[in-house]
Amino acid sequence: MQLGVRPVAISVDTPAMSRDLCAKAGYTYTFLSDPNAEVIRRYDLVHRGAGPNGQDIARPAEYLLDASGTIRWLNLTEDYRVRARPEQIIEQAKALH
Amino acid sequence: MKRRWNWHLWVGFLFCVAAFVSYLFVFARFPVTRDIPWVNFLLFAVAGALLVVGLQRAFGHPQQYRGKISGPILGALSLLALGFFCYIVFYMTRQLPPPSAALRVGQKAPEFVLPDTNNNPVALSSLLSSPMPGSQTPPIGVLLVFYRGYW
Repeated sequence: MQLGVRPVAISVDTPAMSRDLCAKAGYTYTFLSDPNAEVIRRYDLVHRGAGPNGQDIARPAEYLLDASGTIRWLNLTEDYRVRARPEQIIEQAKALH
Repeated sequence: MKRRWNWHLWVGFLFCVAAFVSYLFVFARFPVTRDIPWVNFLLFAVAGALLVVGLQRAFGHPQQYRGKISGPILGALSLLALGFFCYIVFYMTRQLPPPSAALRVGQKAPEFVLPDTNNNPVALSSLLSSPMPGSQTPPIGVLLVFYRGYW
């Protein structure tokens, strides 16, 4: 965030669930709720039936957009244990200037 | 003569349990030990070595050491634990739909409006244009982090 990039987290969790998560973990950035996975579907990130009750959820992904909304970098993991590391994202964010 | 307790078998099994459980509760929190769980494989290796020594003693020197029944049982349970761990780490977490070509670098990210934690609708366009908290200028970029949820 010091680099001027605004982080936004999106999942199928409801606003209430995200609020709890933020409170527990001390996150201060924007958390958005997509309970019907509509935006997740539009971004083609649906992982069908992978939620605990069989719901559709998002597969993990990070999209870095520049100020015009153009995608400058994206990371789709093949293994959901392995996510983008902060160093990778910082490097990409620096290239946005 | 009284046969000695074959501690290698039991400590080996304990290492196995620790190898499995510690991933979930400790090592999965840090990318350096999560992405490739080398610490846990090390623990499994130590467990394996201890179990092998224990089994050698139980079957090679049965007058001195116990464990002809517990040994194979603990060994089998340990192999099961290792097998299950490998299944999770090498197979289960890779079961993702094939990566799409729907959105690529260079494309415009589709606009959307979603509720935030206070149920206020937030549009992507406003995230890109409104100033970041604590600053007067809009951000130079937005990082959308899609995650599975249900943490």
